[in-house]
Amino acid sequence: MSVADQCDTALGWSTGRQAWLSRTIRAVLCVGAVLLFTGPLITVFSGAFDHNPDPTRLSVLPNNPSMINFETAGSKGIWHYLTNSLIIAGGALLLQLSVSVFAAYALARKKFRGQAVVLLLVLTTMMLPEEVIAIPLSLVIGDLPLVHVSLRGTLLGVILPLGAWGFSIFVMTEFMKEIPVELEEAAKVDGAGELRIFAQIILPLVKPALGVVAVFGFNMIWEQYLLPLIVAADPSDYTLTVALLSLRSDEEVGPGIVLAGALLALVPSLIVYLSLQKSFLRGITTGAIKG
Amino acid sequence: MTVSHPVRGTTDVGPAASGGGAVGSHPVRRRHRRRLTGSSFTGSSFTPWLFLAPAVLIFVVFKYLPMIEGIRLSLYQVRPFLGDLWVGFDNYARIMGDERFRDAIGHTLVLAFGQTIGSMVIGFALALLLEGHAKSLWFVRSAVFLPVVAATAVIGEIWRLLLFPAPEGFVNTVLSVVGLGPWTFLDSPDTSLASVMFVGVWKGAPYDMVLILAGLAGIDRQQYEASALDGATTWQRIRHVTLPALRPVITILLTLASIRGLRVFTEVYVLTGGGPAGSTDVWMTRVFTVAFERNEIGVASAGSVMLFLITFALTVVVQLYRRRKEAG
Repeated sequence: MSVADQCDTALGWSTGRQAWLSRTIRAVLCVGAVLLFTGPLITVFSGAFDHNPDPTRLSVLPNNPSMINFETAGSKGIWHYLTNSLIIAGGALLLQLSVSVFAAYALARKKFRGQAVVLLLVLTTMMLPEEVIAIPLSLVIGDLPLVHVSLRGTLLGVILPLGAWGFSIFVMTEFMKEIPVELEEAAKVDGAGELRIFAQIILPLVKPALGVVAVFGFNMIWEQYLLPLIVAADPSDYTLTVALLSLRSDEEVGPGIVLAGALLALVPSLIVYLSLQKSFLRGITTGAIKG
Repeated sequence: MTVSHPVRGTTDVGPAASGGGAVGSHPVRRRHRRRLTGSSFTGSSFTPWLFLAPAVLIFVVFKYLPMIEGIRLSLYQVRPFLGDLWVGFDNYARIMGDERFRDAIGHTLVLAFGQTIGSMVIGFALALLLEGHAKSLWFVRSAVFLPVVAATAVIGEIWRLLLFPAPEGFVNTVLSVVGLGPWTFLDSPDTSLASVMFVGVWKGAPYDMVLILAGLAGIDRQQYEASALDGATTWQRIRHVTLPALRPVITILLTLASIRGLRVFTEVYVLTGGGPAGSTDVWMTRVFTVAFERNEIGVASAGSVMLFLITFALTVVVQLYRRRKEAG
């Protein structure tokens, strides 16, 4: 076991053939870590398919496999809540991505008076916790300024406030700044207009950043709790995550009903994470360090 | 350098490209130009605003307007249909004088502090364990990261069941294997705050791990080799090489986590709703109760404004400290 080998990691984990002790300890600890951090999520999968009304008897494998939890949850409107959640996620994400790309294009590729102010406006929203404006926001949603329309109880009331996100504009702007200006100049010489440059030159080049912004945007939207809660006019307007609270227990299937709901709320997050994992991990490091 | 170059380049090209017939034939641009005569403004200075309009509109309506409205409301006694009554700083005084609010502030600070430190220590341990290029380690890292991806409300519901306070509860059963427990967890005022903190650390640690891993990857391997040649023990190496190199990452984590900790809402709301007996009531759950259950919008707004000011001050202080550290 060489010195260079041990210097590959901070703890000096050895990967050599002889270092069986080091390897065994590490393997055991890794299994422990995986169990600790994924075990609770696995119990959701098994619990959701288990007919087991006793809240104390959660297990890693279903004892009594059945779909009854989903049937019961279905009769309490879980598919309706899931639909609400999916419409909000799809609509808000689409809006958020377009808004970010447009704003970033102006911030990264143009120079104009007031640019610094806009940038400050965007960055300030990142420091402004959503929670602290929740109460006045609920009033604004109940009576939009100038047009005096109420969005209370509508999905649009949740979608619109999520439509612009400082983080996503910021990441997009940083990314667009890296595109060489020569490409744009060449297109201008060829007589391409503003929209054509935007759609045919800039957009295709920012695809990797779109991945990062999309996966974070989805996560941020799916995570929303307070916003759908304050926008809702009655429980049928809830998203799935908010509705979990009202599905906590059922006389017949016990906590199985909330586990069925939790599973449905968990699966979209897992799909998005597992399919765009690289973007996600890259985004965390760049986002945190630059922001 | 590559960052600022394209922007400057674009302006150089802008006026030339949009000059001539294009400007004259475009009604919007012409109108705009007439208003801003003389300066370097050309027709193209209007287009950035078109691209920015959606973002600015949404931010103004759903962020800035509520913020201003919140500050205004915090100075009024809000009475629907009767008209608001100016009360000055009374709402703030009421919050400071309210024992339950003071308790909530205390819980928030304890929770924020505990979760921040806990997540960082566990995250650091995980990062040390999982550093490396092997495919199996990559798999473990992906698995460990899952709690970060799951929505907080979902995690709250799961842990509420796992932490069932009876001896037959899932976690109590596991603990009994190693001779611990049974504990009451979320059900008793003595253990509830610690249980909420535990769940927060469980969700927060993998996030910290990813950032610390990025920091570890940036450490020069020659420093490790040098310390090995000097005969340093593993502990000395961590203490004198790794930790100092991670300082920037740790500062970032502290800032992010403390701000996130102060505004904590969903975890507490789902896990305990602030109970039992107010033992886990935090700032935002208190504000929420005051606003939507007691309908005292003015007082709740004052609470929100105070939270914002503290968060803001904290961010500024950390930023200044970081600047000075980097400069000095």
